[in-house]
Amino acid sequence: MNAMRQRAVAIAIFWAVLLAVLAWRAPGFFAGSNIRDIAVINAPALIIALGMTVVILAGEIDVSVGSQFAVASVVAGLLAKAGVPLPFVALLTAGAGAVMGGINGALVTWLGVPSIVATLAAMAFWRELLRWFTQGAWVQGLPAGFQWMGFGQAQGELAILVCAALLFGVMVWALRNVQAGRAVYAVGSQRESARLAGIPVSAVSFGVFTLLGALTGIAALLDSVRFSEIQSGAGAGLELKAISAVVIGGTSITGGRGNTWGTLLGASVLAVIAPALTFLGINAFWEKAIQGAIILGAIVLERVTTSRKMKAHAR
Amino acid sequence: MHTSKYNRPLVVSKAVAAPLLEAHGIGKRYGGVRALRQVSFDLRAGEVHALVGENGAGKSTLIRVLTGAVQPDEGVVRLDGRVIEHNSPHRSRALGIAAIYQQPAIFPDLTVAENIALVNEPGGLARRIDRGARRAQAKELLRAIGAEIDPEREAGRLSMPEQQLVEIAKALGGNVRVLVLDEPTASLTERETEKLFGILQQLRERGAGIIYISHRLEELGRIADRITVLRDGETMGTRQAADTDVRTLIRLMAGRELSAVFPKRAVKIGETVLDVRGLTSAAAGIRDVSLQVRAGEILGVAGLVGAGRTQLAETLFGLTPADSGSIRVAGSEARIQKPEDAIRAGIAYVPEDRRRHGVVAELPVRANATLAILQRIAKGGLLQSAAENALAETWVSRLGVKTDGIDAPVSSLSGGNQQKVAIARWIATEPRVLILDEPTQGIDVGAKAECHRIMCDLAEAGLAIVMISSELAEILGMSDRVAVMRGGRVTGVMDRAAATAESILELALG
Repeated sequence: MNAMRQRAVAIAIFWAVLLAVLAWRAPGFFAGSNIRDIAVINAPALIIALGMTVVILAGEIDVSVGSQFAVASVVAGLLAKAGVPLPFVALLTAGAGAVMGGINGALVTWLGVPSIVATLAAMAFWRELLRWFTQGAWVQGLPAGFQWMGFGQAQGELAILVCAALLFGVMVWALRNVQAGRAVYAVGSQRESARLAGIPVSAVSFGVFTLLGALTGIAALLDSVRFSEIQSGAGAGLELKAISAVVIGGTSITGGRGNTWGTLLGASVLAVIAPALTFLGINAFWEKAIQGAIILGAIVLERVTTSRKMKAHAR
Repeated sequence: MHTSKYNRPLVVSKAVAAPLLEAHGIGKRYGGVRALRQVSFDLRAGEVHALVGENGAGKSTLIRVLTGAVQPDEGVVRLDGRVIEHNSPHRSRALGIAAIYQQPAIFPDLTVAENIALVNEPGGLARRIDRGARRAQAKELLRAIGAEIDPEREAGRLSMPEQQLVEIAKALGGNVRVLVLDEPTASLTERETEKLFGILQQLRERGAGIIYISHRLEELGRIADRITVLRDGETMGTRQAADTDVRTLIRLMAGRELSAVFPKRAVKIGETVLDVRGLTSAAAGIRDVSLQVRAGEILGVAGLVGAGRTQLAETLFGLTPADSGSIRVAGSEARIQKPEDAIRAGIAYVPEDRRRHGVVAELPVRANATLAILQRIAKGGLLQSAAENALAETWVSRLGVKTDGIDAPVSSLSGGNQQKVAIARWIATEPRVLILDEPTQGIDVGAKAECHRIMCDLAEAGLAIVMISSELAEILGMSDRVAVMRGGRVTGVMDRAAATAESILELALG
């Protein structure tokens, strides 16, 4: 717990320093519209990162969320085009995500495929299936009620932020207060102990993938409504962004330790880097390098603190 | 056969004056536990020296000291009269000391030849590999011991006895001077055992010394020149095998009186709570086990490591479901296919490996104590923190868990207190039957006495307790009845009054 907090504090300090530099060199960054833009653009990634947090806490990983996101986006677009009312589009898109996540979960849980292998296969499969299905074409001619969920831009953006905030609140609360949340931690930290304690470990593993899929579906919808057409290549690289946010946020990559507050911090740090570079007039080329350095730093910090803790324990 | 004297050994060892290998005044502590105390042991060239003792007597620790796998706190090891400084597995190996452990230490994904080469080829990690020479050497070594194994086969695909032979070939490769065998015949058939004895014969003729650990006391008469008995980390003397019978060995191994005092209280014994009949599980290696445990009773389950005690517990708890037989709890038939079924039937299981299977180190005491009863502290899937805290507080104080509070991570607790948390988790399920697997292994004396007190309290409260233990004193001190297991079967059940260390060992060794 302590090591985790230490890492979160270190990341928060980095973030604060970055913001301070921005306030000094480029105060324009803090304009309301800019902050709002950054938040809206990154809300879907945060929602996926929330699901990813749960998957990683349970000791698994899912690298197929980028492809799931693309499939879900196209599903949402086609449903809207077919005249399905928006609430049902949302439900069906989340459902499509849940099915894709559930397939990952089934492969991992009942066929015993390691999660990195199963989801790597799923990542390629869904991406290629979509390419074959759409032939690379974008979904165009979306009905008027689809963009900004029919609210208009200002209110539509607000709606996206409210959705993300609600999901975040629910996840924070649920991981602490719902029986299943406790089970996720137990399975991720000591699977065999959890099994011996009568926790349905298979259901937990299956469940976390399904939940991530559903959240990915919702994220895809919230992202799609920002545009007048839907790219079939959406969501590329999203899995790395989500996993990075979780890891930077202090959740142990081997499971069992961490929380969604950390993930919010991680997602916020990642969200700010690219626009901050732009505002500071630094070549955007550095974005990935800085991201990588932060992730590496976070993990090294975890190693150092846990190994010190273990040594103290051995004594 | 127990009273018969051993026959003369087949071969009379060559008389050699100075010992080949000598351990002098070895002492070793693990935490608060004294594993070895002033142990001295010597091995002559051309001799087979057997080492016997019950589980935990210190045999393995002594072997590990000899091979440099652990460093003794005091005492020295000499080879040819010269002290081995800075002993390590690598160094002892270079000096010609090789060990073959009960579980073959092979690399399953490498070929037989690669396995043999790994320890025998000279040079560092950067050396170039000569595959032809490697294969030829492996072939040669395998032929020397009469094993017909293709050096190109993947070692993981070999049978257990074949792996054992590869281990022997490996040990012979490095011009071995001292060979340590830890229960080498445990997995061998009679014919393979004969073959092994033949190989040992050749080795001793070459002037090597052999340290031979075995629970098959009867075979020692054929193979050993001398026998040293260890008990509680001390040597009980070294004897000529020819002048020693099995009964004497068992008496030496068991000792006469209990070394510790147990807080065993007589409590009211009630109805039969756990009634197991003809329980068989091929996956677990359990055959036709029948047991009854009554309310308030502590049934001790004794036996050697590998006798099937833990497997029995796992079968009762649904981890390796039974193929046939019945389990009745408090009179009603329990169909147990998975742990959830066992918990529902009122069976609780505190497993042996506390760190890996007992507590969840990263979760706080509170969450650990309530992990098996999440259903009960949740309403509609929501955890009721007030109920959870109250329950956790209750058990922490009832069992006397020493912790900074219920929110402290379990990893911050001492071993004995972790064990209390593991027990608390299961008592919280309000079970009828509590299975404890090695409940006091590796915890200090004070915490041990407390665990025993807790067991008595629980028995008094009407639980039926099954206590698996490798410690004879604990079995004798805490049990109302003792069941002894060997080879997956129960070989005998005795009342407290009738149970003695000798009678238990006789049933366990067969």
